[in-house]
Amino acid sequence: MILLAVQRITKTFGGLVAVNNVSFEVESGSIVGLIGPNGAGKTTVFNIITGIYRPDKGEIVFNGQSITLKKSHEIVKQGIARTFQTIRLFSQLSVLENVLSGFHCRTKSWVFGAIFRFPWERREERQKVEEAMKLLHFVGIERYYNLPASSLSYGNQRLLEIARALATSPQLLILDEPAGGMNEKESAELIELIRRIRDRGITVLLIEHDMNVVMDICEKVVVLEYGSKIAEGTPEEIKRNPRVIEAYLGTDGEER
Amino acid sequence: MKRPVSFNPLWVFFIVIFALPPLLDPYWVDVLNNVGLYAILGISLNLIVGHTGLFNLGHAAFYAIGAYTSAILNTKYHMPILSILPLSGFTAGLFAFMVMRPIIHLRGDYLCIVTIGVGEIVRIALVNNIFGITGGSNGIFGIARPELFGYVIRSPHQFFYLIWIFLIITVVVFKRLEHSRVGRAFNCIRDDEIAAQGCGINVASYKLTAFVIGATWAGMTGNIFATKMTIISPESFSFWESVIMFTIVILGGAGSIEGTIIGAFLIIGLPEIFRDLSSARMLVFGLAMVIMMILRPRGLIPPKLRSYNVRSILERDYSV
Repeated sequence: MILLAVQRITKTFGGLVAVNNVSFEVESGSIVGLIGPNGAGKTTVFNIITGIYRPDKGEIVFNGQSITLKKSHEIVKQGIARTFQTIRLFSQLSVLENVLSGFHCRTKSWVFGAIFRFPWERREERQKVEEAMKLLHFVGIERYYNLPASSLSYGNQRLLEIARALATSPQLLILDEPAGGMNEKESAELIELIRRIRDRGITVLLIEHDMNVVMDICEKVVVLEYGSKIAEGTPEEIKRNPRVIEAYLGTDGEER
Repeated sequence: MKRPVSFNPLWVFFIVIFALPPLLDPYWVDVLNNVGLYAILGISLNLIVGHTGLFNLGHAAFYAIGAYTSAILNTKYHMPILSILPLSGFTAGLFAFMVMRPIIHLRGDYLCIVTIGVGEIVRIALVNNIFGITGGSNGIFGIARPELFGYVIRSPHQFFYLIWIFLIITVVVFKRLEHSRVGRAFNCIRDDEIAAQGCGINVASYKLTAFVIGATWAGMTGNIFATKMTIISPESFSFWESVIMFTIVILGGAGSIEGTIIGAFLIIGLPEIFRDLSSARMLVFGLAMVIMMILRPRGLIPPKLRSYNVRSILERDYSV
């Protein structure tokens, strides 16, 4: 079943064509990688999917429903969660509260509930604290629960972002360079974590520069260059694709 | 599941304060009353500035709307002043909703400039006797004293208890609000708007909610101010008032209720103690702000991380 379909989207900023007529599909339950040289438009594609930008042309279909014109916070509610390339945590809140904030779209308590603390509000809050701790345990940083988010190491901040995204109970999780700034050991753990996330029934779409990570976990890879899609296929096919080698692996890959 | 007993020095402070009035003369009790009023205003503004990160330099407008609503309804229609308290809050909240709705998407400084504009528009409208009901620059006089259970509150000592009990209610309400899904949503917006959207928070609607709650509370404070003074005029709601409220929040510690109360003591209380030096007041004010911003940029008492009772969860699910 196709969970997400990106259909011929185009986005220009002034005269610059950031994304040009790009289409691809994400199968439910798969791990899909989006790669390309710097400035290829990968993050722009993510921003369009998650409603931060509106495409000039084209359509985003999620679960058979168009979400092209939906607002960011509505799209999260539909079941698409994301992390950010430049880590965006709530720096003045604790680690636990960052995850609790992720539950926002799945909880209801409002101003009067907060002031009068009805029994069902307390129950909801207690439940979510418990679930948040479980998620922190799932990504492996539960011992830092009461520290300020900004005090975590870079790698752990990325894990916290993932935990927060999982808290929105997504069907599709979009990761923007999750291994960025991680050392070898951390990225090996990340690969294992992404697999465990998929085993929970969550589809994963990721941008990554670390080729080891991409080739290791992705079942399908989509390659962008200058805003256009130049290839799509299994990691094996992508490695052999001459256009990809020329555009991306050929120049950048030799140093690795 | 038992909550761990958390001790907050704030409650000790309240007990001490409540024991003070019998020892003080009416003048100093009145100073305490002003401190209390500004602490309430500060806490209501703190929700907007400290928690949601929206710069609001027009809070006096909402305060004024509440005060004038009370004054007009009391002097023209002879409604008991305290019974108008919720209505004053409602009008101020409604006003905030209508005015802020179209401009809530403005960012940082731009929003700040518009709030200054709102504050000035309200003051000038009051001076110009809008709808012929505000009494122009003379204001409205003859506002009734509050009556509780057949007991008229008149002297500063009596007002002290009215104001400070209202302050305690304010502290409880806003503490609960902070420590909830809504409070977290406000903080998320302050820390990172894009990430807040990514958590499913409707940023515009929560920003508006913060403004409406803050304005509602300022409006209710306006009601108490009106009955305490028995006369109100536009000059009580000048731009300077908004600046004082803003300074209280920033100086005390944006996002911290304890800090805001301390801020109210410093900004309202200290000038009374150093009355002889009143000509240097502005100078000291400015100097204090500069020093603060260098030494303690997050205020005197910056907000602490909220704690959650997770010990029992930790023990149950996995050992730590």
